[in-house]
Amino acid sequence: MRKFKVLAVLATLAVATTTTPAAADTLRLLTWGSYAPENVIEMFKNETGIEVEVTFSNNEEMISKLRATGGGGFDLAQPSHDRIHAAQLEYNIYRPMDLSKIDTSAYDPSLLAAVKANTTIDGEVYSVPHFWGTSGLVVNKAKAPDLESFADLCDPQYEGRVSMRLKRTILIGMGYAMGEDPFGAYGDIAEYERIINAAAEKLIACKANVKTYWTGGDDLSNLLRSGEIVASDAWDGTAFKLNTENPDINFRPPSHGAMGWIDTFTLPRKSKAEEAAYQWINFVMRPDIAKMMSSHSGYVTAHKDGGDLTSDQLKASFSDAFSNDDVANIKWFANIPPGLEDIEGKVLERIKAAQ
Amino acid sequence: MNQRSIRRLTLFMLLAPFLLWIALLIVLPHAGIFTLSLREKVAPLVYTVGPGNYLDFFREPIYWNTLLRTASFSVLVTALTFLVGFPIAYYIAKIAGRRARGALFLGCLIPLWVSDLVRAYGWMILLRETGVVSSFLQWTGIVSVPVELLYNDATVVVGLVYTVVLFMIVPLVSTLDGMDNSLIEAGYNLGGNGLTVMRRIVIPYAMPGIVAGSIVVFMLTAGSYLTPILLGGKNSMWFTEQIYEQFITRFNWESGAAFGILLLLFTSLTVWLGLRLSGQSLASTVARNEA
Repeated sequence: MRKFKVLAVLATLAVATTTTPAAADTLRLLTWGSYAPENVIEMFKNETGIEVEVTFSNNEEMISKLRATGGGGFDLAQPSHDRIHAAQLEYNIYRPMDLSKIDTSAYDPSLLAAVKANTTIDGEVYSVPHFWGTSGLVVNKAKAPDLESFADLCDPQYEGRVSMRLKRTILIGMGYAMGEDPFGAYGDIAEYERIINAAAEKLIACKANVKTYWTGGDDLSNLLRSGEIVASDAWDGTAFKLNTENPDINFRPPSHGAMGWIDTFTLPRKSKAEEAAYQWINFVMRPDIAKMMSSHSGYVTAHKDGGDLTSDQLKASFSDAFSNDDVANIKWFANIPPGLEDIEGKVLERIKAAQ
Repeated sequence: MNQRSIRRLTLFMLLAPFLLWIALLIVLPHAGIFTLSLREKVAPLVYTVGPGNYLDFFREPIYWNTLLRTASFSVLVTALTFLVGFPIAYYIAKIAGRRARGALFLGCLIPLWVSDLVRAYGWMILLRETGVVSSFLQWTGIVSVPVELLYNDATVVVGLVYTVVLFMIVPLVSTLDGMDNSLIEAGYNLGGNGLTVMRRIVIPYAMPGIVAGSIVVFMLTAGSYLTPILLGGKNSMWFTEQIYEQFITRFNWESGAAFGILLLLFTSLTVWLGLRLSGQSLASTVARNEA
């Protein structure tokens, strides 16, 4: 009898823990800062009755969070296009998309095709694009007029006046600045390791130039706004936003090419609100909403008219930063083969620990 | 049911929440972490069992240097916290009047109502190059160019002392409060000066409080994450940051788990050493035996 009671208590506990998660009228979105503006969430709620709960994150954290729950806890995620294939193969955290539920005619065909190509596993597509942008330099041109490549971040005249984000982008960008081709070496681990190690040596040698390593867009914006740094590696959207405040600060595609990425919509494997997720995807790709989103984040959406669907200020900042040659010179991130991130992680640790 | 079994049942019921807490939130997760730490990743999706993650820690100087750095800074912070906290605690417990005592204690508590993150950002606003302190120094003419006070080890130490000093003050106040003032008077009557009384009477009496405070402060410091990261800047690796990196950015849960276990062992060892050196036992810091 007593045993039975214990079992009953345990059973109620189990029921209580399995039935609490969100009802279908909430969408738990795992995304980047600035990708889910309040007013859009409000409009979405008025139209569909669905509440959007937003969690801000980055590529690594998205994978780690979903890995910890086997793809649960969120209904829709926004990892970059090159971070889906390997994560899905190794951790099985996503679920294929039903493209018939999405208005694919709204998309820029080349961006849609690129994301499909990167995220197709066993014939199933896992992602559709949302925003795209590039990584390059943000420069205060009044104070650093000649800073044009990642290697220039190490120029002694900027001692203590530059910042960097200690992630894989800085390694790859420095590799390109040194005349190597890191993306081309993705298939050859030994060659890639050689390039990354050379880039790391350079980054360790120029640590005196670095004021601090930034970790988020707000962090970086504050450093530039206050004039504490004059240049950094950066996402173009963050730089365009700063450009609207201070015309001296803008994005600068490095001479060795800006690095292009596409942030996607991808369904976590245990998504509990798949329908709501499709509704959100279609909603934010509507021209009027795409324009609001783009003006807010500073990035261009994957809508077929994405370049026009944004604020005039942003268009001005973009054309001030990018020439047609710069656009043609964009190096697109390719799917990361397994094993590379282990090498990069060790190298990044070495840079951080170097005195 | 007889008297004895009722008493046993009562004891069991009273202990149950505590036992559940210990088992479900402390023992079980640590067992899980320990098992995970013994799993070696050979290739994606291929694992074996072995001590490789622990060996990696000793083979790679970056890792054990970071742990030693964290430990030595934590000891420094503990010592500084004692130096800052003891006079405050002594004043509150022995010198301040009854009403001032409450106000002072409250004054120490209030900063704790604000979260760690906000307090760290507070320091950043004060100390950054374009911040309050730098602007003030320029205004007074003491310096002519902006000074950067953030992003170095001294700032981390100051920030940590500020965050944890209360955990030193509280146990010190309660032990000193229980000390009979006539002991101090007797010390003076027998010809001791201020220093001798402090060294021979007050400190030995307060030892259990000092040890308790030091243990809490040391553990909190060694395990802190936000303050060293936000104030520390480009060179300051803290061991907790290393654990975070392993888990989150390198997807290497196995080695992150091993680091977690190592941090626990290392801090426990330090506390044990501290107890041995100070001649205290864990029991004496919890309750005073009036023998």
